[in-house]
Amino acid sequence: MKFSEKWLREWVNPPIDSARLVEQLTMAGLEVDSIDAVAPAFEGIVVAEVMTVSPHPDADKLRCCEVNDGSAEWINIVCGASNVRAGLRVPLARVGGVMPGGFKIKKAKLRGEASFGMLCSASELGLEDSSEGLMELPTDAPVGVCLREYLQLDDQVIDVDLTPNRGDCLGIAGIAREVGLLNQCDVNAPEMPAVTAGSEQVFPVSLQAGDACPHYAGRVITGVNAAAETPLWMFERLRRSGIRSISAIVDVTNYVMLELGQPMHAFDLNSLDRGIEIRYARQDEKITLLDGQELTLDEKTLVIADQSRAVALAGIMGGEDSGTQVTSSDIFLESAFFSPELMAGKARQYKLHTDSSHRFERGVDYQLQVTAIERATSLILDICGGISGPVTECLSEQDIPEKQAITLRRERIKRVLGITVDDNLVSEGLHRMGMQVSAAAEGWLVVPPSYRFDISIEADLIEEVARLTGYNNIPNNTALARMTMRITPEAEVGLNSFRNALVNRGYQETITYSFVDQAIQKLIEPNLTEIELANPISSDMSVMRTSLWPGLLQAAKYNLSRQQDRLRLFESGLIFQRDAGEVRQLSRLAGLICGSDQSEQWAANSRTVDFYDLKSDVEQLMYLMGADRDVEYRVTSHPALHPGQSAEILKQGESVGILGKLHPAVSRQLGLDNDVYLFQLDMAVLEQGTVPEFKPVSRFPAVRRDLALLVDEHIEASAVTAIIYRHSPETLKNLQLFDVYRGEGIDYGKKSLALGLTFQRSSSTLTDSEVEESMNSILSFLKQEIGASLRA
Amino acid sequence: MSTLDDLVLEAQSAIGSTNDLQALDDVRVRYLGKKGLLTEQLKSLGRLSAEERPSAGKLINEAKQAIQVQIQARKDSLQAARLETALQSESIDVTLPGRGDLSGGLHPVTRTLERIQTLFAQIGFETVTGPEIEDDFHNFEALNIPAHHPARAMHDTFYFDAHTVLRTHTSPVQIRVMEEREPPLRIIAPGRVYRCDSDLTHTPMFHQVEGLMVDENVSFADLKGMLESFMRSFFEQDDLKLRFRPSYFPFTEPSAEVDIQCVMCQGEGCRVCSHTGWLEVLGCGMVHPNVFSNVDIDNEKYVGFAFGLGVERLAMLRYGVNDLRLFFESDLQFLKQFNV
Repeated sequence: MKFSEKWLREWVNPPIDSARLVEQLTMAGLEVDSIDAVAPAFEGIVVAEVMTVSPHPDADKLRCCEVNDGSAEWINIVCGASNVRAGLRVPLARVGGVMPGGFKIKKAKLRGEASFGMLCSASELGLEDSSEGLMELPTDAPVGVCLREYLQLDDQVIDVDLTPNRGDCLGIAGIAREVGLLNQCDVNAPEMPAVTAGSEQVFPVSLQAGDACPHYAGRVITGVNAAAETPLWMFERLRRSGIRSISAIVDVTNYVMLELGQPMHAFDLNSLDRGIEIRYARQDEKITLLDGQELTLDEKTLVIADQSRAVALAGIMGGEDSGTQVTSSDIFLESAFFSPELMAGKARQYKLHTDSSHRFERGVDYQLQVTAIERATSLILDICGGISGPVTECLSEQDIPEKQAITLRRERIKRVLGITVDDNLVSEGLHRMGMQVSAAAEGWLVVPPSYRFDISIEADLIEEVARLTGYNNIPNNTALARMTMRITPEAEVGLNSFRNALVNRGYQETITYSFVDQAIQKLIEPNLTEIELANPISSDMSVMRTSLWPGLLQAAKYNLSRQQDRLRLFESGLIFQRDAGEVRQLSRLAGLICGSDQSEQWAANSRTVDFYDLKSDVEQLMYLMGADRDVEYRVTSHPALHPGQSAEILKQGESVGILGKLHPAVSRQLGLDNDVYLFQLDMAVLEQGTVPEFKPVSRFPAVRRDLALLVDEHIEASAVTAIIYRHSPETLKNLQLFDVYRGEGIDYGKKSLALGLTFQRSSSTLTDSEVEESMNSILSFLKQEIGASLRA
Repeated sequence: MSTLDDLVLEAQSAIGSTNDLQALDDVRVRYLGKKGLLTEQLKSLGRLSAEERPSAGKLINEAKQAIQVQIQARKDSLQAARLETALQSESIDVTLPGRGDLSGGLHPVTRTLERIQTLFAQIGFETVTGPEIEDDFHNFEALNIPAHHPARAMHDTFYFDAHTVLRTHTSPVQIRVMEEREPPLRIIAPGRVYRCDSDLTHTPMFHQVEGLMVDENVSFADLKGMLESFMRSFFEQDDLKLRFRPSYFPFTEPSAEVDIQCVMCQGEGCRVCSHTGWLEVLGCGMVHPNVFSNVDIDNEKYVGFAFGLGVERLAMLRYGVNDLRLFFESDLQFLKQFNV
């Protein structure tokens, strides 16, 4: 709601300056977005009349004018504007005047002709952003009067960002009511006497949907001059509220809406067929609106119709061929109350949003219709002349949203706000807000006024009491709470432990959007069913991520193209999949590495990262949750990964993640030149760690034996270790694979694995023969199961 | 006995001219060894009379001791010199950088979230989370925002279908917690939220922390006090001023918008606070009775308050970040600034 401060002060004028007024409004919950001067600073500019215009002897585009500025003699002025003409009233910057920005007007010679001042355009005066030609003032503009005074330019536009509950403040009257309350001063509404009908002429109104329109007022005015000019004061007030002048009659309806908050409509009486009906639209009924668009309506949409067609979308917009024209001589004014329940979402349904629908959705005072129609009538009669008929009123009594009395308990105020509020403050304050307040056993009975749609329960009244008290006059207390502890499972490894482990290993956390480019995602996860947004913000953010990899890959690409070639990135968050029609939201942790294994340094040679660098990081994460021997890495295939360098991670047989090298083909399609390695883990499983369990520390020496095994190339290391674990006695404390060798001395198709086995017993020293026995047994199983032999 | 004195002097000079431990040891052997010159002297004592023997023996022993002391001193000094040489040859350029890599870091949003969680954990608020794809009931209906309510226009919602949305705030987590648990409740719910809006000051995804306390005796005054305490702790400024303005959220009544004194200019007025001296940082209020009814909490027995704050906003103010969009660009030059 944008409005002129001067206009508001005509209604209510507390002895406070603009800054204080703005602060008051903001602190009362009517947040002021901006306050701007109506016009920039300028001086020495008056209303003048162009008396004569003659061609400039030396310039085609300039004219020599004689101008009357109200002083004894006419002034010579050279002007280049195309609309300069005799009889035009315009702003004149006199010699010595100062334009916006500080430019001082001096006597000048233009192509040899003397010019004593300057005729101004609206944009030169900073009144409009752009304008063509001179600013044309009304023909009755008083010559010689200071322009600032004449246009009341020493004014400011206040823009209040109203929350949806305060529909009552969508008019000067409502804002004034609030300001009066805040300053405990009277509101001086302009007199709005009922207009005595000058004729008996009425137009029949049939209210057929009382539930949606409990109150409808209409009036015929005949013989109007619809082409009359809108008075300057009204034009200016509308302009300051951001409303364009259309024609005198439309301007009046808009003016009354801004003033009282009651949206109105004026029909051309002669375009209406026989009578008005307020009814629901017929299924697929059509209407062409003022803005030219044709809508197809449904049966839940209320229309104003005549006997042959819908002439307005009720409370939203009028129809194209039934509105007032400048040629109209007879009009039918409408002032109605449409219920907010009916209006809710209606404009939006038809992709419309108007000043009218905005107000009706939030609630218009249901007792205001007649006052508004009287106000509009008297303004129209003043400006356009004509004779008015009596007001036709249709009421559906049972549908009027009569306000119920609400019990407000003293004790409840104290409990919710934490303070005791003085009884008088409550009753007087609420009374000043227009509520009917009466004493009751535990407090008060309160009936809210017809314009407050946001007050229906006790809590709403408590908010008003808090506003009356002033939020900032309520103390800042310390809440008291019961000190109980929750049982917190130690085995749960929090996400932050995993994050910190990665950070300690040089990873940088990133956060990427949860919606990604479908094409990239399809490249990574072609087989998962993704969830598509109905209204994405752009095509490259149109589907929910099914994996954290698309985001990480995009982050990698972003940085690689910015001279960052060593990357270690991770992200955690939800991924989204549709699985058998169900939406699944799963917590994942994913990482990406590429570039050299360490940052450039003098003390070591760096190399490009490989699978095992990434695996080490993954193993660290597994280690955190106490999983060690029960984690398996199994060869797997994934559309985005290199088929020979990808592994599924299993914990006790359950899949918890995957790691591998980005498939070269995918890499090329993404435009990545570097080798990239990725992992992704399922947090739900991962967070289930273990609580440490003590085992006795042995005081006896450990014995280590090394094995150099020859096995077939295709035998996986894990197969070897699995056999050893399976057939080792309890005394095997550690198994370390410390070398893998192929080449000279080894047959083609074979490889050598070197393993260190450490044995130890907690009760006594192991003898050599015991260890030998264990080693022999292990070796025989290795021979038997995978054909391993000892390397010579 | 002058031979003895001469011997000592001679030894002294020999010791003094040695340059390494081996040479010194040779000298020792020559004078004090089994066949050394002084040992020979001692052997000659046998030729003396019983009367002369003690005094002569004493003199020889004194000479021997004198030489021993000198040898030891020389030894110490040679050893010290050798160590000194060794140390010098082993000296390195200590200004060369150390081996290995430094750690990475958390995203500034995570860092801020962890800080917020730590502060609220101090007063017993448990962290809970909820789904990001939400149903209409939890995101809107249960929060007293029925279909077509004008407040829905305040949320530029991402839809999947008529009943499924990306949550527009973390408030639905309140509902989920109240559905499952009995009061008293003290929770915060951090997480991603989504609005269909993207420009200089809006990203389609951002983070919020929702807070909820439900108990038999909590009031608006308590809410005010808690938020003041939080803001002061978060910005480490114990005189930070807050102001509460009436506002409107369908799920709280009374509702308030909270401004803090601008932390950039200490309320003097600057570009960040649009020269008002105040920064809008969060919305809050007392849980609306309809919300309690929707989750079957007794409105007469319990009172509750809730608040919701924007994490990026706090991170920007805390660390002086001037562009919201940086948070989601994954630019290492930006991210690494928060590793300290």
